[in-house]
Amino acid sequence: MRQALLICRKEFHAYFLSPIAYIVIAVFLLVTGWFFFSTFFLLNQASLRSFFMMLPVVFAFVVPALTMRLLAEEFNIGSYETLLTLPVGFADVILGKFLACVAFIAAMLVPTLAYPITVSMLGTLDWGPVAGGYIGALLLGAAFSAVGLFASSLTRNQIIAFIVGMAICFGLTLINQMLFFLPRALLHFFSALAAEVHFRNIAKGIIDTRDLVYFASVIFIGLYATNLVLKSRY
Amino acid sequence: MIQVENLTKHYGGICAVDRIHLIARQGEILGLLGPNGAGKTTTLRMLTGFLKPTAGSIRIKDYRIEDHPLKIKAILGYLPESAPLYHDMLVFDYLQYVAGIRGVDPARRLERIRELGELCGINEVMHQTISELSKGYKQRVGLAHAMMADPEVLVLDEPTSGLDPNQIVEIREIIKRIGREKTVIFSTHILSEAEATCDRVAIIHRGKIVADSRTSELKERLGGRNHIRITLDQAEPAAVERDLGTVAGVARLKVLEQDGPLVRIGIDCTPAPDPRPELYRRIKQTNWVLLDFHQEARTLEAVFRELTKEA
Repeated sequence: MRQALLICRKEFHAYFLSPIAYIVIAVFLLVTGWFFFSTFFLLNQASLRSFFMMLPVVFAFVVPALTMRLLAEEFNIGSYETLLTLPVGFADVILGKFLACVAFIAAMLVPTLAYPITVSMLGTLDWGPVAGGYIGALLLGAAFSAVGLFASSLTRNQIIAFIVGMAICFGLTLINQMLFFLPRALLHFFSALAAEVHFRNIAKGIIDTRDLVYFASVIFIGLYATNLVLKSRY
Repeated sequence: MIQVENLTKHYGGICAVDRIHLIARQGEILGLLGPNGAGKTTTLRMLTGFLKPTAGSIRIKDYRIEDHPLKIKAILGYLPESAPLYHDMLVFDYLQYVAGIRGVDPARRLERIRELGELCGINEVMHQTISELSKGYKQRVGLAHAMMADPEVLVLDEPTSGLDPNQIVEIREIIKRIGREKTVIFSTHILSEAEATCDRVAIIHRGKIVADSRTSELKERLGGRNHIRITLDQAEPAAVERDLGTVAGVARLKVLEQDGPLVRIGIDCTPAPDPRPELYRRIKQTNWVLLDFHQEARTLEAVFRELTKEA
């Protein structure tokens, strides 16, 4: 676990050593800020609903951009060999990189705290859904990080890792809007897979075990699949 | 102490390493010598726990690698081929990260990094990013990385590739110094390097060990005999063979080339006595004109060429 934390710290710093971090944060804030405030005054409601509602789609883009380099780059420059011959296990590597990405997402969300603060000055803001929204955003980010990390473990090409990660995250986000293609018997199953539905529940301020279990499962499956891929490379 | 038995690795249908045996004792430098693609890197990758062997056993100190991979990784320092390191980190930050993972006592960390900086000559690049370094400096940073926790076993994959001659000499000195107390295995395709640095050499070719013995023995066994070349003008091949073939110390005399009155001969010598004085005396008694007379010491190079010749 000590090793995992050291890897996490190193990976977290690595985000800020390359321009990736600054570009991703800037684009994220620009996109969410623009969409949020462009409708905020029209709706005339003191709530962050519209901000949180677009997070799943934005994250489906942004998170794979953060995870794409985590393993693919190591394979590509060969540093994976130096990493694995240090006294670390697969679990340390995977957990370290995953936690670094989650920490980065948390750092990325910090500036958006300006939105609820601004809104609360303009009207009376119900802080319950805001807290729920941020917890949900972190869980969603963590789930997508696990998926993105898996995508990054499949290839040494970062672009492929990004596209595969984005495709899976998009699938998880939008599946509940594609349900009309599916036979009725499978509807319930597939709507339960939709990340957006679970995220929306938490963002309402209702923390339900079913939603927590959903995110925990996606994280676990993503990390476990990564583990299998790394072991098959051994 | 490293003990490798029957180590085999298949990639798909290709057999990269074929049932090799190796032993490296403490205080010994073992050179793994072979042409490109012989299986050196694959062997080292299995030793360091990066690749899983298809068959065979690896034992380092008292640990078998499949039972205690982390314990082995903890006592083993490894420099992979061409030192792949994180491009965008500072050298100092990178070494500090490695020190952390290797569990170097935090109070001693700075001191250790400074020591290694001194030893590997990288103190002046500590505050540069790794991507800015030349290949030689990258290699040295890699070496510092491998030696961070003062490992008992040091595995180096072509440690001198890409270095200039001065740096090569320095790195060899470092390897020799470490090799006095620790076990060092390094791979190379440069023969003079193995000759100059290793206590023992294992020659690997197409995944098989074709020779494994002390450097001096190997040279002696396969190439200790000297070879003499003589070029004579105004000579007859038959007369040359008759006159010089009987000198004590000549194992075999062969006319290599005849070009008009010019005769070139090659002589394989027995280890003793030295036939040169007598050869000279005999040539002096004739009317032949001596144009060239020199001795070639057969080096490991010749041995290597002989052993790895395409069958």
